[in-house]
Amino acid sequence: MSLPETTVPGLRRGVKFRFDAVRASWVVLAPERLFMPDEPAVEVLKLIDGARSLGAIADDLAARFAAPRAVILADVAALLTDLADKGAITL
Amino acid sequence: MTGLFPPPMGLIVELTHRCPLQCPYCSNPLELERPASELDTSAWMRVFDQAAELGVLQLHFTGGEPTARRDLPDLVRHAAARGLYTNIITSGVLLDERLMVALVAAGIDHIQLSLQDIEPENADRIGGYRGAHAKKLAAAQRIRDAGLPLTLNFVVHRQNIQNVPQMIDMAEKLGAERSEIAHVQYYGWGLKNRAALLPSRAELDATTATVEAARARLKGRMVIDYVVPDYYASRPKSCMGGWAQRFINISPSGKAMPCHAAETLPGFTFPSVRDTPLAAIWQSDPAFLRFRGTDWMPEPCASCERREIDWGGCRCQAFALTGDAARTDPACALAPDHAVMAEAVAERGIAPPPFIYRRLGAENERAPAEAMV
Repeated sequence: MSLPETTVPGLRRGVKFRFDAVRASWVVLAPERLFMPDEPAVEVLKLIDGARSLGAIADDLAARFAAPRAVILADVAALLTDLADKGAITL
Repeated sequence: MTGLFPPPMGLIVELTHRCPLQCPYCSNPLELERPASELDTSAWMRVFDQAAELGVLQLHFTGGEPTARRDLPDLVRHAAARGLYTNIITSGVLLDERLMVALVAAGIDHIQLSLQDIEPENADRIGGYRGAHAKKLAAAQRIRDAGLPLTLNFVVHRQNIQNVPQMIDMAEKLGAERSEIAHVQYYGWGLKNRAALLPSRAELDATTATVEAARARLKGRMVIDYVVPDYYASRPKSCMGGWAQRFINISPSGKAMPCHAAETLPGFTFPSVRDTPLAAIWQSDPAFLRFRGTDWMPEPCASCERREIDWGGCRCQAFALTGDAARTDPACALAPDHAVMAEAVAERGIAPPPFIYRRLGAENERAPAEAMV
C-alpha cells in the first residue's frame, strides 16, 4: 500500500508522545496501552504535528540524514502505516 | 541504577469498593473494604507523586466505582500535573454533566465505560441496577461530546455472549476508538458465579470468529481488545504481564499488591502505601518478589520455552483451582492439574443457576445446589 505524499498524519485522540526521564526513553501513551518507539519512529513522531504532510516529513529527514529522499519517503510511509495500525496516529 | 528492577508501567488504584452496581463477576475481592478504611485525598496524592518518581506512566482509576469519590477530579488533576497518563474505568452511572466538565478541566486523558449488554433489560439485570443501561448510554455520549477518547468495555459470559456482534456494532456507532470484548475472568465473585457465567466451547469459538472478522473490518478505526476465558485454553494467559513485572494495584485502604486478586492468596502480608514508599515496595517487598521472574517456577514451567511469555500464568488461578499458588496455572495443557478446567466446564450445566450479586455481606452466599448439576 502506498500513501500519498499529501497525507497529513496526526496523533490520535487520547494519544501522547513524550520523553520519560526515568527510562531515558520516548514513550507513546494511548488508552490502556503504551509502547517505546524505536529510533526511526521517534524521529518521525517528533515531526507529526497534525499539519506537516508525509512529503514534508520526508523532506525534513532527507535534509538531515544521508539517504536518498525516495528511500526515506518509502520508509516513513511504512512507519506511518505501522503506527496507524497500532492505533497511535490517524492518516 | 544497576541491580534495580525496571520500573512499573502502570498503577491501578481502587479508590473505593463502593459501587451502585452489583455485577456478579466483579473483580473486587469477596471481602469488600469498608468506606471508613479508604485512603484520603492527600494520601492518594502522595502515592501519585511517588509513582511518577518511580517511573509509572499510566494511572488507572478504578474501584468499585471511582466516580463515587467526590475528590476524583482533584486526584486526576494532581496525577496529570505529574505527567501521568490518566484513565478512569467506570460504570458511568454517576457520570453527570457537572462531573464530566470537572474531569475534563482536571486533564483526564481517557475513560473506559463498561456496558453489561446491548439489551437494556438484560444489562440492568446483570448489573443489579434498574436504569443503569440508559445512564451508561448517556455517559458515552457525554464522553464523546467532551472530545475524549472512549473505550467501551463489554464483559461477556453465557448470559450475553450471543449479542457480541451487536456489541461491536454499538461501539462503532457510539464512536469508540477502542472496545474490549472481555470474557469474565474467574476469580472472587466470578469464580463464585462460574456456573452462571461460563460459556460453552461453541459459544466461545463463535465469539472469537466474530471478533477476528470485526478486527479486520475496523482496522485503523477501532481497536478491539479480546480477552478469552482460561477454561478452553491450551496455554495460560500472561496474567498482569507477569507477577510484579508491570503493575502495582492499590486497594482502597492502601494495600499494595501485584494484582487485584492477590489478596486471595494465603500466607501473604501485603505492604501498605500508608507507611511504605512505593519504590521500596516495588524493589524489595517479599510479596512482590515471591513470584517475580522465573526462579520460583516448578516444572513444566521452569524449562518451558514460553516461561518469559506467559510467566507461568496466573498465581491466583493456580491457588483457586489447585490450592497451591506455586503450581503451574491449570489453564496450561502441560499442567499436572489441567483436568480441573474440563471438570469446571462439565459443571456448568444446561441452564445457568441464579446470580449471587456482588455486595457487602454476600460473600458467604452459595448458589442453589440443584442448579450445579
